Amino acid sequence: MEILTNTVGRKVLMAVTGLFMLFFVIVHLLGNSTIFVGPSALNTYAEKLHSLGPLVWAFRAFMLAMLGVHVLFGVLLTLENWAANPGKYAVNRKLKANFSSETMIWTGALLFAFLVYHLLQFTLRVTPDIIPEAVAKRPGDVYAMVVGSFRHTAISLIYVGAMVVLFLHLKHGIQSFFQSLGWSNDRTLPRFETIGNVLSALFLLGYSAIPILILVGFLTR
Amino acid sequence: MSGQNEHKTMTLKLIVWRQNGKNGPGRFETYTAREITEHHSFLEMLDVVNEDLIKEGKEPIIFDHDCREGICGVCSQVINGVPHGGQERTTVCQLHMRKFKDGDTIYIEPWRARAFPILKDLMVDRSALDTIIQAGGYTSAHTGGAPDANAIPIPKPDAEYSMDAAECIGCGACVAACPNGAAMLFTGAKVAQLAVLPQGKVEAKERARAMIKAMQECGFGNCTNHYECQAACPKGIHVKFIARLNREYIRALIG
Repeated sequence: MEILTNTVGRKVLMAVTGLFMLFFVIVHLLGNSTIFVGPSALNTYAEKLHSLGPLVWAFRAFMLAMLGVHVLFGVLLTLENWAANPGKYAVNRKLKANFSSETMIWTGALLFAFLVYHLLQFTLRVTPDIIPEAVAKRPGDVYAMVVGSFRHTAISLIYVGAMVVLFLHLKHGIQSFFQSLGWSNDRTLPRFETIGNVLSALFLLGYSAIPILILVGFLTR
Repeated sequence: MSGQNEHKTMTLKLIVWRQNGKNGPGRFETYTAREITEHHSFLEMLDVVNEDLIKEGKEPIIFDHDCREGICGVCSQVINGVPHGGQERTTVCQLHMRKFKDGDTIYIEPWRARAFPILKDLMVDRSALDTIIQAGGYTSAHTGGAPDANAIPIPKPDAEYSMDAAECIGCGACVAACPNGAAMLFTGAKVAQLAVLPQGKVEAKERARAMIKAMQECGFGNCTNHYECQAACPKGIHVKFIARLNREYIRALIG
């Protein structure tokens, strides 16, 4: 398979797998936002999702495959790039590259770690902030679980921190998608950059709003 | 201009990368550039320093240069961390000392990338760029005798686009600036300048494939869309040509 070894082919794979994960970020945010409607809205949404059964598992398998390809080639490309540029300059002045573009592998690694933690917390429900008795008593009460967890300042801080990392990753990633697929030109590239900045900022605000509003007592049990 | 000003000179501290040969360990050496006027070009300033070194019986600083009018793409120095010194659309030879102040410290380093081994001091081997061209940066149409200038009509926007890509002088600043040591801007420009013209369209698919393959085999890195290349390019080659290369490759891939 040429696409797996070709440098542009790998860019395409990074872009397409990234796009599916971006879709997930959008859908997940919309789902989460039902918390603002009320406890029953979030719980009904969660129940509906779980009632889909095999479809949920197919979706999870697909997302896992997307993540796997994205991580694999992200790591491979980074290692190759480090090897291709061995000698660092004594003076290093960047004209266009920025913190977000230069830290993709690290923000990616942090997001991966957060993803594992997030699944352990709210999907498998095994982190210390989850009270097993409460979950056992009312397994469908996602709202109570979320509010209970985000009442801990540290947990909310970790979550908001991870969303800042997501912001940095997508700020470079979204515009990068258009460039990698060859859809940008001198007229559209600045627009794609703006779209990337706006979308990633919206994700940061939208996702962070939940733990912050719980912490300040706006959303309560 | 008063007579006094014309004779005003600068003294600069240069910290220059010196390396004996391909595998020799390199080091920074400090030199003083004296009697430099604002009218000296950067290379002329180095000529003055080299004259002094020769007089002292020391080996002059080796650097690449040729036309000294900003069109040949041979001069190649990273000045204070930026290839060609960071003045927009300017090669080292066209950078003038009026951009510097008396007493400035200037770091001068060679292009650094795995695909550009250092030959000596500031001179690197850029033949990898030739290897990429040899892989497909041409058209093999048999034209017979010289064709009439307008025998094949080419729309103005296409001609302009092609000429914009053809502005690339192949200096390698894009590679030197790239955090990944990638040559995508160079290869993109060379693919794009032909891909848009009727003569180049014939072999467009094979060309994109072959040139990307050659680029990888030469040890260049992968593009991660920093766009540092465009910012450092002395000819202002736009990263839209990298997008074009990506597009050409995808087109070749899906048949």
